[in-house]
Amino acid sequence: MNDTIVKSITRLVIPFVQVYGIFIILNGHVSPGGGFSGGALLGTSLILYTLVFGAIKAKHKFSHKASEIAESGGILIFVTVGLIAIFVGMPFLTNLAAGFPAGSAGAILSAGMIPIIMIGIGIKVASTMITLFHKLIEEVIQ
Amino acid sequence: MQLFNVLLVVFLVVCAIAVERTKDLLSAIIIFSAYSLMMSLLWLILKAPDVALTEAAIGAGVTSLLFFAVISKTKRYEK
Repeated sequence: MNDTIVKSITRLVIPFVQVYGIFIILNGHVSPGGGFSGGALLGTSLILYTLVFGAIKAKHKFSHKASEIAESGGILIFVTVGLIAIFVGMPFLTNLAAGFPAGSAGAILSAGMIPIIMIGIGIKVASTMITLFHKLIEEVIQ
Repeated sequence: MQLFNVLLVVFLVVCAIAVERTKDLLSAIIIFSAYSLMMSLLWLILKAPDVALTEAAIGAGVTSLLFFAVISKTKRYEK
């Protein structure tokens, strides 16, 4: 797409979408939202970039290698935090009973491990959305 | 508020029927996107902002984009 207006608006909008996605991920345990919704928003911002600036430039921004690392890293955060509870002697993904600090209700740093898990899910969902779209689009271009 | 709710539900039903009746798949996707947006507003009225957020991002955004990508590889018109 070689339109100046679309390109300028996209450059203007993408940071706001990404900040909103990160906000939703980090506030997942105190307000509506969470890892899945915020990750989907983060993925949508890069899909918008792909649509406007083309798949080759987008591949440069978020390569296959980066998506591999993000996807494996996201699920590894989830599993590692879940396994901490097993080492303490509790079932998988036990939260407060396994010794995670509760914090004060309503604060960002509260609810034990939930914020960490949300960040992991957010990274994984965002990279999955982008990879799905890139995989579908790349055969059309070649 | 009640009238707004009824209006939304009627529009939702019309959209759902129209998606099934259209032969042009590109228009069907856009109608489906509108359906998703109405559904998201309805979730908000039903006091489920969490689901509304996900529906707006996934239903209206990502799903239609994926469908567009699929259409660009296949044919636009239904036989």
